[in-house]
Amino acid sequence: MLLIKNGRVLDPASKTDATLDVLVEGERIAQVGANLSAKDAEVFDAKGLIVAPGFIDLHCHLREPGQELSETIESGTRAAARGGFTAVCCMPNTQPVNDNASVTRGIVERAAAAGSVRVWPIGAASAGSKGEALAEIAAMKAAGIVAVSDDGKPVATARLMRQVMEYCQALGLPVVDHCEDASLAAGGTMREGPQSIRLGLPGIPAQSESICAGRDVEISGLTGGRLHIAHLSTRGALEHVRAAKKQGWRVTCEVTPHHFTLTDEDVRYDTNYKMNPPLASREDRDALLEGLADGTVDAIATDHAPHHPASKDVEFDRAPFGITGFETAVALGLNELVHPGKISLMRLVELFTTGPARVLGMERKISPGQPADLTVFSDSYSWTFYATQSASKSRNTPFDGRAFHGAPMATVVAGRIIFHR
Amino acid sequence: MRVVEKRQLLSAEEIGRTLQRLAHEIVEKSGGTANLALIGVRRRGVPLAERLATTIGGFTHSQIPVGTLDITLYRDDLSTIGPHPVVQSTEIDFPVDDRDLVIVDDVLYTGRTIRAAINGLFDLGRPRRVRLCVLVDRGHRELPIEASFVGRTVQTTDNELVEVRLKETDGEDRVVLVERAL
Amino acid sequence: MVQRLTHLLGIETLTREQITFFLDQAKPFQEFQRYPLKKLATLRGKTVALAFFEPSTRTRISFGTAAARLGADTMALQAEASSLKKGESLMDTVRTLEAMRPDSIVMRHSSSGAPAFVAERLGVPVLNAGDGMHEHPTQALLDALTIRDRKETLEGWNVTILGDILHSRVARSNIYLLSKFGARITLCGPAPWLPRDVESLAPGLRRSYCTEEALEGADVVMVLRVQTERLHEPALPAEEYILEYQLTPKRLQIARPDALVLHPGPMIRGLEIDPAVADGPQSCVLEQVTNGLAVRMALLYHLVGGAAPEVPQTTKE
Repeated sequence: MLLIKNGRVLDPASKTDATLDVLVEGERIAQVGANLSAKDAEVFDAKGLIVAPGFIDLHCHLREPGQELSETIESGTRAAARGGFTAVCCMPNTQPVNDNASVTRGIVERAAAAGSVRVWPIGAASAGSKGEALAEIAAMKAAGIVAVSDDGKPVATARLMRQVMEYCQALGLPVVDHCEDASLAAGGTMREGPQSIRLGLPGIPAQSESICAGRDVEISGLTGGRLHIAHLSTRGALEHVRAAKKQGWRVTCEVTPHHFTLTDEDVRYDTNYKMNPPLASREDRDALLEGLADGTVDAIATDHAPHHPASKDVEFDRAPFGITGFETAVALGLNELVHPGKISLMRLVELFTTGPARVLGMERKISPGQPADLTVFSDSYSWTFYATQSASKSRNTPFDGRAFHGAPMATVVAGRIIFHR
Repeated sequence: MRVVEKRQLLSAEEIGRTLQRLAHEIVEKSGGTANLALIGVRRRGVPLAERLATTIGGFTHSQIPVGTLDITLYRDDLSTIGPHPVVQSTEIDFPVDDRDLVIVDDVLYTGRTIRAAINGLFDLGRPRRVRLCVLVDRGHRELPIEASFVGRTVQTTDNELVEVRLKETDGEDRVVLVERAL
Repeated sequence: MVQRLTHLLGIETLTREQITFFLDQAKPFQEFQRYPLKKLATLRGKTVALAFFEPSTRTRISFGTAAARLGADTMALQAEASSLKKGESLMDTVRTLEAMRPDSIVMRHSSSGAPAFVAERLGVPVLNAGDGMHEHPTQALLDALTIRDRKETLEGWNVTILGDILHSRVARSNIYLLSKFGARITLCGPAPWLPRDVESLAPGLRRSYCTEEALEGADVVMVLRVQTERLHEPALPAEEYILEYQLTPKRLQIARPDALVLHPGPMIRGLEIDPAVADGPQSCVLEQVTNGLAVRMALLYHLVGGAAPEVPQTTKE
């Protein structure tokens, strides 16, 4: 039994914002109310802290199977727990690709053994993510996937996207797309713009994302299928999502913390600023902030993409794309969005809880009977993030040495405190 | 570096007379002005060489060519002194081959500057003869270098410096002995 | 007082004073090229590593000769022969070089930012001999010296840069340098190689897709190479390029009568430049080569010595 006392409970589903106690029994929430008491309960004093439903990260890379030098399910989930996440959705671009039930089961079992945050795998949309034939999606669903994606790449053709979306609609799964036009993006290493010209680096125009997003949104309209746009980074793509939502089409999207914090002007010859989609222009970043505030954006997702140090310590154009993100996501959300007044604290909690849950077709709330997944955080705790102190095996982050006000303080999964700062 | 003046070695008038005497010596010991050329070592060797050439021109009615030589690239201490000094240009617009050259400098001390000057000249050609003319010889040679034409010989200690000031470079004609202040 | 320079990575961060200092310092080395005995002992005992990860004949020979004439030894690394082809990383290749203790590294690489990468990690002065599409600082310096010698000043000229601007590090370095000296720069080339974003490189840049229009009133015309070895698109048909952008005698007449023609080399006569223009009286290509040697000697002299001086030093007599 676990009793979390004196915390400020923020529950978007019930619009609760009050000082309340939460009593957990076994793996479920037993009671929520004022001045609760329970004999034999482990008491956690959450005074001065916020108690929210357990945060969900819709997009991450755990690198297992096949790339364990960069991260394992064990190290990745530990980092996720430190980041306040109670559940993470890992992308299928492992080695081998998670395109069949056996790989899916392997991931689920490793996650259970690690005993940390919940891992909900995302399966490949096409076999090997090669963009030709459909993967064994129904089999993977039985093994535990919550969505499909060919992340790392876009779903290869409009025709394939249609087939995947129709098939997945029948299975009740969303299709997550990494929106990119391969012909426009080819060879690019950062956002095309004045900074790419200045640095002499081949650029990827913003339209690479918006053209593909437009394609996907239309197919969602055509099929009625559920589309979720991964790591959305441009105004153009956001406009497609806005228009689709207006039409009642089942389109959702996520934005990463680095995309709402940094811009292409921050990029220099430092591979910790190299990711795909690349850091966008100031105008695009500002459009994302609007979308986060007005509800067009459904979720914040990290796209945690660890790469072991030797692979990133190379010339910019030879480095792999990606940065880590679990342990800085909440802090960036607080410092970049809430503290400057761009969104409310409740809205931030939505973006980490009910938003992602809705994309997956689930619920996320603090209410008796619900799974006891809770994220306890401070919106003021002063700390500095150091990459070397991260639980991840990788150090590729542009936020090394950054000071923050606000941090995850404790993470509860299935009634157990798996992280406590 | 702070220095303290100890005594004057040459006044303006004495400099003038010394240069007159040197000019005559050079011509006498060269058997005339045929093939003769003066090479002033930057910085202060240059105005000295020019003055000598004018004087020589005055009593021989011959124009003695004057070249300027920058020895920076020939210094032997570049690897030890940190940032390399600014290079000035060498301007010797007459051929050096077969010439009777007189290197002109203000002070002869360790001899290293003159060694560098000789190296510089030999990069330009093969002179027939190279001699040295200095305003002041202050001793303490570290190389086997001697001046054929010396204005004044002065005994100095390591702590002392001979400062030559010329109108063209320093606004006045004066040679003083100074000491490093502690 | 000239700010100390440890590496030469690009022109963008240099001040006017620093640029002028190096152009002035190149002068004694220009004279030096006329000496019968072109061998100094100035950098004797110093080693300059020539790490050319991209094919280059002219620049490599120019730097090699500059080092040799200063009396330094060179260690040469050529990409084709190196283990880079075998998958060795840049870091390992450079660390291997470093273990042989060179006094400076001259580096050319196809990745923008590679010399900066090396400079950050090794304790040795790095001179950028061209990195990707980013900068080619010694080219811009020798171009500036050529212009200054021919025109007696570097200030305020109308400069037209003609060719594949987008992929050209020579263009970028020249844009940075000449803008610092008040040049009015017009960039001209086919539209895919002249995106609007290049205007952000310096204030007051003009773009034109029409060669005739771009050449009006030009005092200096810089012709860029058509880079067939750099994989980029579109591969414009040569005939199209010649038709629209070749510098012909007729087009050159549109510029000022005393306009200079510069080309970083190697030229493809008949492609970007008409042979008559390449060999004509306005062409400065041979002086560019000589000046390249002088500029590189001046840079090696100062940087191998351990950073350019803060204040002009006086010699001990």
